[in-house]
Amino acid sequence: MAEEHAAGVIDDPLVIAGHKLSSRLIIGTGGAGNLAVLEHALAASGTELTTVAMRRADTEGGSGVLDLLRRMGIGLLPNTAGCRSAAEAVLTARLAREALDTDWVKLEVHADDRTLLPDPHETLEAAEQLVGDGFTVLVYTNDDPVLALRLEEAGCAAVMPLGSPIGTGLGIRNPHNIELIVSRAGVPIILDAGIGTASDAAQAMELGCDGVLLSTAVTRAQDPERMAAAMRSGVQAGRLARLAGRVPQRFWAQASSPPR
Amino acid sequence: MISVQVNAEQRRVEEGTSLAALLHEMGKDHSGIAVAMDGSVVTRSEWQNVTLRDGSRIEIMTAVQGG
Repeated sequence: MAEEHAAGVIDDPLVIAGHKLSSRLIIGTGGAGNLAVLEHALAASGTELTTVAMRRADTEGGSGVLDLLRRMGIGLLPNTAGCRSAAEAVLTARLAREALDTDWVKLEVHADDRTLLPDPHETLEAAEQLVGDGFTVLVYTNDDPVLALRLEEAGCAAVMPLGSPIGTGLGIRNPHNIELIVSRAGVPIILDAGIGTASDAAQAMELGCDGVLLSTAVTRAQDPERMAAAMRSGVQAGRLARLAGRVPQRFWAQASSPPR
Repeated sequence: MISVQVNAEQRRVEEGTSLAALLHEMGKDHSGIAVAMDGSVVTRSEWQNVTLRDGSRIEIMTAVQGG
């Protein structure tokens, strides 16, 4: 039975811009105490795609992460974290393309440091420019169904609504909005930000998301490797439940044993 | 000598220095590096052909853990 489930998951890849990923879990590398901890967590998660940030090359502890990811054969998804405007984000994406030889980018434009919420106007503006420039754009956005559609229309390869603000671990604060986004989407929807524990990841998949992106919940957990394994199971469980089709919720009881 | 700004720090270099020479001197010409000059990306193949000017702003970037 377990093998059948495993096979079902393997035959159910996440496809982004024609690229197949057999894991529906994308892990961010930020927040890990050291590279050894990160390596164990990434291995336990089964992820095939991880985010990295672009910073000045004199930053301490810089490029070791690249060597690690290449050695592990995990794909790179550079982000534009820390950018406050479309212009900054576009330049950062172009630098990432040059440095890492990938045209994939996780576009994120933050409105302020306290909430780290996406700036809708700058995000849409940057998305249009980057798509025009040939990038494969995976865009971090609010849980706003209208904006999600606009970003898809702009040509984004995946739309990634937040469950709650980055790093809060507050889970999915507006599940109905996530369902609305999923119901109208023509590109993969990846729940990004706010995941606190494995049940949040499972919930995202049960709501119909195509994948989950998280970092803090794993890298800052007391035992990152074990939490990474939990997230892997959570994503798989949620996906299977979504495909299986849950029972409708009822007000009154319904006997599951035959009447006497 | 001219003065250029490298990752927000002032630096004196010989007039006529190429971007490639600066990066080599700083040990920043390895893979995984990208460079912007005055707000535009300079691709690796162009480093040799770009000459620093007085007041040039150079950003040398790489990937770090994040996101």
